[in-house]
Amino acid sequence: MAMSDLLIARSLFGTTMGFHIIFATIGVGLPLMMLTAELLYQKTKDHDYVIMAKRWTKAFAVLLGVGIPTGTIAGTQLSLLWPGFMEVIGKVMALPFQIEIYAFFIEALFMSIYVYAAERIPPWMRISSLVLVALGAFASAVLITNVHAFEGTPQGFRIVDGEIVDIDPWAAFFNPSFIVTAGHVALSAYTTGAFVVASVAAFKMLRTPFGTRVYKFHKKALMLSVIVGGIFSFLTAINGHESAQYLHEYQPEKLAAAEGLFETQSYAPLAIGGFTDRETQRVKWGIEIPWALSFLAGNSFDTVVVGLNDFPEEEWPPLFVHTLFNAMVGIGSLLILLSLIAFVWNKFLKRDHFPRFLMWAFVASGPLAVLGIEFGWVFACTGRQPWTIYRVLSTADSVTTAENLGILFILFALVYAVLGVAVVFVMLYYFKKNTVIDDINRAEQRNVPLYGSNT
Amino acid sequence: MAEELLAITVLWGFVFIYAVMATMDFGAGFWSMIYFNRPKIKATNVANRYLSPTWEVTNTFIVAIVVAVYSLFPTAAYTLGTVLLIPGSIILLLLAIRSAFLVFSNIAEEYRKPLTYISGLSGILIPGLLISVLPITHGDFVEFSDGRQSLDLAHLFTSPNEYAFIGFAISSTLFLSSLLLADYSKASEEMEAYSVYRRDAIVLGPISIIMAFLIMFTLKREAFWIYEKMIDDMPLLLLSLGLFLIGGLALFLPSVNKKGVRGIPRLAVIAITLQYLAASYAYGKAHLPYIVYPEVTIASAFTDPSSFRAIFATYIAGFLILFPGFIYFWSLFMNDKRYLRQKQTKDPA
Repeated sequence: MAMSDLLIARSLFGTTMGFHIIFATIGVGLPLMMLTAELLYQKTKDHDYVIMAKRWTKAFAVLLGVGIPTGTIAGTQLSLLWPGFMEVIGKVMALPFQIEIYAFFIEALFMSIYVYAAERIPPWMRISSLVLVALGAFASAVLITNVHAFEGTPQGFRIVDGEIVDIDPWAAFFNPSFIVTAGHVALSAYTTGAFVVASVAAFKMLRTPFGTRVYKFHKKALMLSVIVGGIFSFLTAINGHESAQYLHEYQPEKLAAAEGLFETQSYAPLAIGGFTDRETQRVKWGIEIPWALSFLAGNSFDTVVVGLNDFPEEEWPPLFVHTLFNAMVGIGSLLILLSLIAFVWNKFLKRDHFPRFLMWAFVASGPLAVLGIEFGWVFACTGRQPWTIYRVLSTADSVTTAENLGILFILFALVYAVLGVAVVFVMLYYFKKNTVIDDINRAEQRNVPLYGSNT
Repeated sequence: MAEELLAITVLWGFVFIYAVMATMDFGAGFWSMIYFNRPKIKATNVANRYLSPTWEVTNTFIVAIVVAVYSLFPTAAYTLGTVLLIPGSIILLLLAIRSAFLVFSNIAEEYRKPLTYISGLSGILIPGLLISVLPITHGDFVEFSDGRQSLDLAHLFTSPNEYAFIGFAISSTLFLSSLLLADYSKASEEMEAYSVYRRDAIVLGPISIIMAFLIMFTLKREAFWIYEKMIDDMPLLLLSLGLFLIGGLALFLPSVNKKGVRGIPRLAVIAITLQYLAASYAYGKAHLPYIVYPEVTIASAFTDPSSFRAIFATYIAGFLILFPGFIYFWSLFMNDKRYLRQKQTKDPA
């Protein structure tokens, strides 16, 4: 197996995942926003909320059109590109995949019911359907992340002379980092879903005269999404702190690479920003906060944090993960700050007008949140290298023996590009044709279907 | 051995359910394209009414098959994953284009025609490629050499047996879907669409049965081991043929509840589905104990017994949870007159 084939296999799978998680993440986050809007509508009877739910549902349906097939690709490509990995996973860790199928079914069944039977079922059934859609999406995210968690903290089997023995599938399922890792993905997906909505709402407010009916509609959507986004970005950060402590305990070389720490030490400094330099073994151009890393890793300044030099160099993760890690944390912190400012501005200063720079910050928040999950995901997977299953199975032993993957890489990249462009155009087209005003008129007239409408 | 048999039965069950649902799904997409320019007969309309709420559920079954292979028979997943890299990737690419453009065509009204063509055409190719997995597992095209496995694509695509399978897949897709849509149109009281789909089914039924004979004919020369074992089950094959004749006959009998209308499509759908069930059971039985002939058997590929029991427990739990959901789904989209007989010409996206 030439090195380049391994690299192409990784690039191909990485491209699939990088593209899929955009749709998967919003696909988890958006149903929560839809549900919140539906509940607010049932409570307040304010038509704006049911219109929000309807418009987000349309966007969700379009995104599913790409999210479902790319998810199918990801699930099948695991076997096609990483047969060595899936042979082990199939024996030990098949449960999450299996249970995820049921979550998919629940989501698919009730999504169709919610969309295509909206006008034929009673309100409580609509809410229940939406709850099941959100639950199905949440469960599939949690379950697939569990496989990722297992890759970092494998348990539930032993390897004797190359054979896998003493398999306990439920012990593998409840591996140490399951809850904290799956929690991180779910919470950050809710954060992302909310800020993507905030982006659109803020952009529309900038384009709509202040105080009009449509402006007020977008303002409500913005406030709702910033509150939801603020809550979940805060929870993501708390959980992220716990994730780092898990790395300290279970995958110390990943934490060392994330922080650019070479020498094992107590009172370890935290390096923010900068680039890890292999030659001088330090982080260049970064800001160092003395003692902080030790405290973050173990809640006390004298915690000993293991450095990279304690591991053979061929088992080091790539050192650029420090930058990815910083970018992820940076974006997360920015989103928390942004929600706090918005909250203070609106509730305490009682201003109903956000300044322009703040509006543009809201517009940027959605793309930033998506970037944040991309950085976090690349960090999580490259930070585990050279392993697919930590200290059990190397990436080189996982990959297919087939060669000449280059052409496949090009084909898949091409199709993703086409789908990516098409999805944007379809979305712009639909919402230009079906404006907020159209939906307001439909909602206020009785007997005109809102969900079934498409002009 | 009992557990392996149970596992392969579950897998076979998924494959059969997906095969039936997928033929209806891809077929409906194709008919929606064919009758696009004849809005008056509502054939496209009926096809879309079936397709819109069901494609996601159908798609989930293909994921269920892939997951069932690697969780029940991980060693077979290794072999299949390795040899199916190229055909599997092409299927995935087509599937991605097909599903995405199907959704897009329902959203972007003005561009509906080109979008429907893209999804309809890419969709009809998928069954032909999917079924190629079967001749590949017959072993002739897979090279096993010192622990490495590879697929001989040139050999595969010069084999008459492969083309018989492809022809069978595409004709069956069109046959089963036209039959189902005939039934669906009749239930929706779209009688023009009904007569169009009934006619299509009458033409395509004989073609698909000829293709089935062609498969047997080429199988005899190319994979005699499985041909021989299928012929041992002659009563099942004859039962399948008998059900085909019943299904055909049902399209010519006078309707029970409508005067002057020919055909009982519901009976035809049931008979033809049973026909495929009997035939695929005979095929599956003859295929045992091999998953990929002659190297991979259900015994050599089977997962760890404790993993199997855990997975099987989730199958039971999953079925109990999902069954009411499927029934509710059925009642809303297959059996609710308000949905079936909606008068609007535009379909909800």
